[in-house]
Amino acid sequence: MTHAIETHALVKSFGATRALDGVDLRIRRGSVYGLLGPNGAGKTTTVRILSTLRKPDAGTATVLGHDVVREAKLVRQKVSLTGQYASVDEDLTGQENLVLVARLLGFSWTQARARATELLEAFDLTDAARRQVSTYSGGMRRRIDIAASLVAIPEVLFLDEPTTGLDPRARNEVWDLVRRIAAEGTTVLLTTQYLDEADRLAERMAVIDHGRVIAEGTSRDLKASVGSNALHLRLARADQRALAQELITRVLGDGLLPSTDPTEVAARLGDTGQAVEVLGALAAGRIDVAEFSVGTPSLDEVFLALTGKPAEPVASTNGTEKATR
Amino acid sequence: MSTDALPSVDRTHGLLKGHPRPRPASALSSVATLAWRAMLKIKHVPFQLFDVTVMPIMFTLLFTYIFGGALAGTPREYIQYLLPGVLVQTIIFITVYTGMGLNTDINKGLYDRFRSLPMWQGSPVFGALAGDVFRYSVASTLIIVMGLILGFRPEGGVLGVLLAVALVLTFGFALSWLWIIVGMLVKTPESVMTTSFVLLMPLTFASNIFVDLSTMPDWLRAIVGHNPVTYLANASRGLMHGRAQASDVVWVLIASAAIVLVSAPIALRLYRKER
Ligand SMILES: Nc1ncnc2c1ncn2[C@@H]1O[C@H](COP(=O)(O)OP(=O)(O)OP(=O)(O)O)[C@@H](O)[C@H]1O
Ligand SMILES: [Mg+2]
Repeated sequence: MTHAIETHALVKSFGATRALDGVDLRIRRGSVYGLLGPNGAGKTTTVRILSTLRKPDAGTATVLGHDVVREAKLVRQKVSLTGQYASVDEDLTGQENLVLVARLLGFSWTQARARATELLEAFDLTDAARRQVSTYSGGMRRRIDIAASLVAIPEVLFLDEPTTGLDPRARNEVWDLVRRIAAEGTTVLLTTQYLDEADRLAERMAVIDHGRVIAEGTSRDLKASVGSNALHLRLARADQRALAQELITRVLGDGLLPSTDPTEVAARLGDTGQAVEVLGALAAGRIDVAEFSVGTPSLDEVFLALTGKPAEPVASTNGTEKATR
Repeated sequence: MSTDALPSVDRTHGLLKGHPRPRPASALSSVATLAWRAMLKIKHVPFQLFDVTVMPIMFTLLFTYIFGGALAGTPREYIQYLLPGVLVQTIIFITVYTGMGLNTDINKGLYDRFRSLPMWQGSPVFGALAGDVFRYSVASTLIIVMGLILGFRPEGGVLGVLLAVALVLTFGFALSWLWIIVGMLVKTPESVMTTSFVLLMPLTFASNIFVDLSTMPDWLRAIVGHNPVTYLANASRGLMHGRAQASDVVWVLIASAAIVLVSAPIALRLYRKER
């Protein structure tokens, strides 16, 4: 069996909301796979179905060859879930939380305490081990939560938005950890709203929106699907954007790429030579161009082009940033 | 190194390798572990026991000294009547915490963790109940001790008191199942409390916990006489003072069994149901 996870036409509705509208996924064993999508796309719903917390209305899903509905117990023996929100007991200490999970997994008291100590040490929580989790910082909570999912190393690990709300440094640390877990052979399915996160960690990814997979592949595939070359311009004045777009359309016909930044304009190029024509037309139109570059489209643009909606702004673009001349 | 740093490579070496997983815990062991968790919560948040102890003390003191004289001649006579009832009332009210605790766990995502573990899926409910029964026992002990200090002299002796407590706990255990159902159906712990109090207020006050049936007008007596809490209060009083009516005790046991038989399957089914 080469696939750790396979789903066919998964459907899940909540009342009138169709959270999943026919999701097909195939995730190779031992890989890190990214599930990318905006708020409400259906990421959490997918992960919850795969970790047996929800039943699909229609379609099938198998994890390590086991059907998630009919063989839920077998699936639960092989996977771990770190949910979107911390799922540890805040009244208990970090150490007690890990012992609790270890005991519920079938460790003896002695083994459970040993494993807890080991994990606390590895996650640098030894000093906080005897403090209630309610006193932990956001980053510490995330760590104890991930540690709880690693008490028994799962064959498949689900991480639902593992870095949301973390500062850049803590994000880097989680990334590092994900890479190391994967290096030891665990398949990781990670959901994220951050394009750069999927880009950095995931071998392949699926972009989902409104419960549908709208694109799938490596990050290079996704970028290529929007066109191989793109021209990126940063304007000195946001009020010239409309005019700039009009001039570009005149040169290129169609080909404008959507962008969230009011000082940015991006366009797909047939060949790089068209960049010169565009810049010429802009200069003639007295548009103040602060910066330009030619390259592959960013994942942000891929996302926008695919969903018609801006991606979460945290990832890479910052609308208020002033361009340097 | 700052405490915010994650493990360096050498420190996690081997730690993330697939350990052979132990065999999944037995149902008994997972229930015991979750009961241990309930104990830890009491240890870390002893405030949970505060309302369990302060409420009955307040009720007993207020009723004994304010109404005692009027209702039974002297406070000392009245407490013989009142205390077994206060035990009933207290335990009935704190059963609500079972539902609230469960609801909190669901809201905090803790049940997601439990439900994704390969253990018997009823364990968290039974573990929580085991912890609650411990809490009820603590509350019962405190009430009896306070009663003894205030002049409560149970004629049924130690055995009578123990039997009364056991009966009240049995009923409390049964009632908890109802709040588990409520805890799974409503959104917040506060709604669990509100929903259950709407039911419990009339149930406990329209009973003979505080006043004897014979003092009530006929129409009220008809209602109060059929209240299950009245049966329980009668049985509790009877056992503590060594003159229990078998019918009261049997009635309470039947009622408890009926509640469990109906609500436990519903609760466990709801629990296993996704949310
Ligand atoms: N329990 C529920 N009851 C009703 N609607 C729900 C429920 N869970 C999810 N939904 C709806 O299903 C859709 C998909 O939700 P889901 O939580 O899977 O999105 P998501 O991609 O995880 O979003 P986010 O990035 O905000 O976490 C949303 O429209 C959401 O409102
Ligand atoms: Mg989500």
